[in-house]
Amino acid sequence: MTLTHLQHLEAESIHIIREVVAEAEKPVMLYSMGKDSSVMLRLAMKAFHPAKPPFPLLHVDTTWKFRDMYTFRDRMVKELGIDLIVHVNPEGLKMNINPSIHGSTIHTDIMKTQGLKQALDTYGFDAAFGGARRDEEKSRAKERIFSFRSAQHHWDPKNQRPELWRVYNCRKHQRESIRVFPLSNWTELDVWQYIHRESIPVVPLYFAKERPVVERNGALILVDDDRMPLGEGEEPVMRTVRFRTLGCFPLTGAIESTADTVTAIIQEMLLARTSERQGRVIDHDAAASMEKKKQEGYF
Amino acid sequence: MGRATRRSPHAPDLAVTDIERYLEPQQYKGLLRFITCGSVDDGKSTLIGRLLYEANMLFEDQLAALEADSKKFGTQGSELDFALLLDGLTAEREQGITIDVAYRFFSTDKRKFIVADTPGHEQYTRNMVTGASTADAAILLVDARKGVMTQTRRHSYLVSLLGIRHVVLAVNKMDLVEYARTTFAAIEDEYRAFATQIGLGDICCIPVSALKGDNILTPSDKTRWYQGPTMMGYLETVEVDHARLERAPFRMPVQWVNRPHADFRGFAGIVTSGTIQTGDRIRVQPSGRESRVARLVAYEGDLRRAVPGQSITITLADEIDVSRGDVISSVDAPAGVADQFEATLVWMSDQPMLPGRPYWLKIGAKTVTATITHLKYRVDVNRLEHLAAKRLELNEIGVCNVAVDRPIAFDPYRENRDTGGFILIDRLSNNTVGAGLLHFALRRSQNIHWQATDVHKQARSIQKGQKACVLWFTGLSGAGKSTIANLIEKKLYARGLHTYLLDGDNVRHGLNRDLGFTDEDRVENIRRVAEVAKLMVDAGLIVIVSFISPFRSERRMARALVEDGEFIEVFVDAPLAVAEQRDPKGLYRKARWGELKNFTGIDSPYETPEHAEIRVDTVANTPEGAAEQIIAILEERGVIGSL
Repeated sequence: MTLTHLQHLEAESIHIIREVVAEAEKPVMLYSMGKDSSVMLRLAMKAFHPAKPPFPLLHVDTTWKFRDMYTFRDRMVKELGIDLIVHVNPEGLKMNINPSIHGSTIHTDIMKTQGLKQALDTYGFDAAFGGARRDEEKSRAKERIFSFRSAQHHWDPKNQRPELWRVYNCRKHQRESIRVFPLSNWTELDVWQYIHRESIPVVPLYFAKERPVVERNGALILVDDDRMPLGEGEEPVMRTVRFRTLGCFPLTGAIESTADTVTAIIQEMLLARTSERQGRVIDHDAAASMEKKKQEGYF
Repeated sequence: MGRATRRSPHAPDLAVTDIERYLEPQQYKGLLRFITCGSVDDGKSTLIGRLLYEANMLFEDQLAALEADSKKFGTQGSELDFALLLDGLTAEREQGITIDVAYRFFSTDKRKFIVADTPGHEQYTRNMVTGASTADAAILLVDARKGVMTQTRRHSYLVSLLGIRHVVLAVNKMDLVEYARTTFAAIEDEYRAFATQIGLGDICCIPVSALKGDNILTPSDKTRWYQGPTMMGYLETVEVDHARLERAPFRMPVQWVNRPHADFRGFAGIVTSGTIQTGDRIRVQPSGRESRVARLVAYEGDLRRAVPGQSITITLADEIDVSRGDVISSVDAPAGVADQFEATLVWMSDQPMLPGRPYWLKIGAKTVTATITHLKYRVDVNRLEHLAAKRLELNEIGVCNVAVDRPIAFDPYRENRDTGGFILIDRLSNNTVGAGLLHFALRRSQNIHWQATDVHKQARSIQKGQKACVLWFTGLSGAGKSTIANLIEKKLYARGLHTYLLDGDNVRHGLNRDLGFTDEDRVENIRRVAEVAKLMVDAGLIVIVSFISPFRSERRMARALVEDGEFIEVFVDAPLAVAEQRDPKGLYRKARWGELKNFTGIDSPYETPEHAEIRVDTVANTPEGAAEQIIAILEERGVIGSL
């Protein structure tokens, strides 16, 4: 019996998750309600079965997520009976950060990057699981599965520890932390195939439905709540759309699609002509933007 | 792009309608991990870019970005520069070189592929070794115009060393030699002869042009004389190692003991070789305790059987002691257990490997303390010669003896990468500094046992009315170590206590007469002194050690040899300028004149203690005052009684 590629990926991720839990003092799993998070959560459930995962989930909330995502988050936490910590950057709240007004760069920095650093520092987490995959973006392709961050959460791409075989060096100094990416070797297609195989629940926004959208800089933006400012001449129209990737609703473009089941999504993916990050405004800022953000402490 | 329309990625055919039927086999695809090696100019990144492009794995927006990047940074004129797809770090794009391992993914109907693209230069040997450690196959690129080069041999040696069993020699840039059969044949012959020499088995030589796409996906019209597989054809069909591992004896390093409640005790880990089913008899190593597999617990319901590569949770029929780091093995063919080994070591740090220096060694899920007891030789990877060496520098490879502080379970690396491969971790920086491949256990470790004696340390200490300990004086030459140490010994002697003073200079007259002042000799010097101090502590003495002992890791090693609380580090602190001005032995003057090499503080570093128990300031304090300060602290700590 030879393992399939999905079985290999699953086993590797579980091995990574167990290794971190065994060696870290206080691990946490970042939870963003996206498809990758959903897969990672399932892998964590499997890794420690019949026990519950011995760490909480952390949602660094920007307050600008789609409403469906909040509903889904609360449902999953209740169903699985695991602890969830929600952290919102209080300074960001005070400043009333709005991605439509302040732009994606400032919004991401204050609500996500700074919010994440605050949460890790406040609770003293020394290892945090993230759902990033190497196929997402070029600088991710060069990042180790175990990514070390200084006490200031900085990433030094030129000084990464070699990762050999399945032996991970988890040792670190006080106040340093590790970001760990158990899904490093998964692709977007693997993630959907696994969701299909395992019947993993995902946020309904991934499935096509008639939704009110406005077209902005070539992206279809969902009018998710009344905080969404409409520009001159912008009039929401009903279109059948879905999301390949979920983020903050003013920053995440929908795609026109009729795929309303997991298999239909996989079929669409097999025919897709653009990579998933195209829908994310955050990546369009500059060529090396992700590498820079990561050096500053972004996941 | 040379094509009017491009098919979408992944799908072989746009007209996929029966998705369920299409998906079914897609889920049962196997996985192949491979590595590509070659120098910057051999077109390694171009080959991977080409594979992705030909397999329709590039999306439109990625192609658009590539076109823009090619214009900005490209080296191929108006053509697409595939190398830019892979060089993701800013420094790499700016310098046009590959610095780090990049992982790429693509799949065809038959397999999913994980490619580790590794840099070719000698200074990136560690990166290549990292990529090779998880690969099933390797593609070695050579430039058809240049043929087999020194670095082709080096890469082949590393590939063979890391246990990759399937190798493709891609003779690239065939377009630049008019697709000449003779050129290809000459390179193939030369390479095969060399491969046999280093024990590489399964070799496939393919003439390609990564730039033009010849023999990548489909057989090229221009090489009709070539009958072998295309690059993709080879990758899709090459046999991977799974079957061999499945036949090997069962091994599972225990990662995690799962105890949700009193009635459940599961041992979680990844199966590294062999198979296991319920009822199988197992042995826990190194303890040697045996039991039977009760259940293979999984989220989906219990498994009947598990195979290599699976992450599982085992429960046992008997309540035996099993902890993280133990290895569960089959009873019939258990792993070896030993505390001394011969191993090949690949050094990965700017700080050289020094025999005698303690490191953390992690193998499977077990972390122990290890020292290199003997460096047998260094391998010149370009000429495959053995050279005498006293240390290993960054990217150097050597064969050595390793001793660990307690027995561990292991297999020879060539049989099992996971139970035979280890990493060495620096105890101060926490960095991964070396990768090791175990060969075999050294017999001697099994036959020497510590002799327990009836009169023990405590009894000897009590008889002398003191607590045995090491007072370890460290500091620059001329800081005042010997003066203060001498005063302390006199004061303790006057109180009727039992001491011995080990002085750096005196020990070098006898025990350490054979050692010089290079870094490796300094490490060995301290190791011997620390061992002697340990024996003297065992004899119940207060041992006063007065040594420059410039490196933190050796002081830490000395500390680790004795029990907690028995090691008292005294930092005799004087600024270099002050010590140099005192210069009681005239050594600084000699060092400044260049007559004395490797002199601490001048051309060899002194690493200031971070957590010394005692610090004496010899600028603000007289030697007498410093000695009184130390005596008071010894009283406080109960090492000696108060007067």
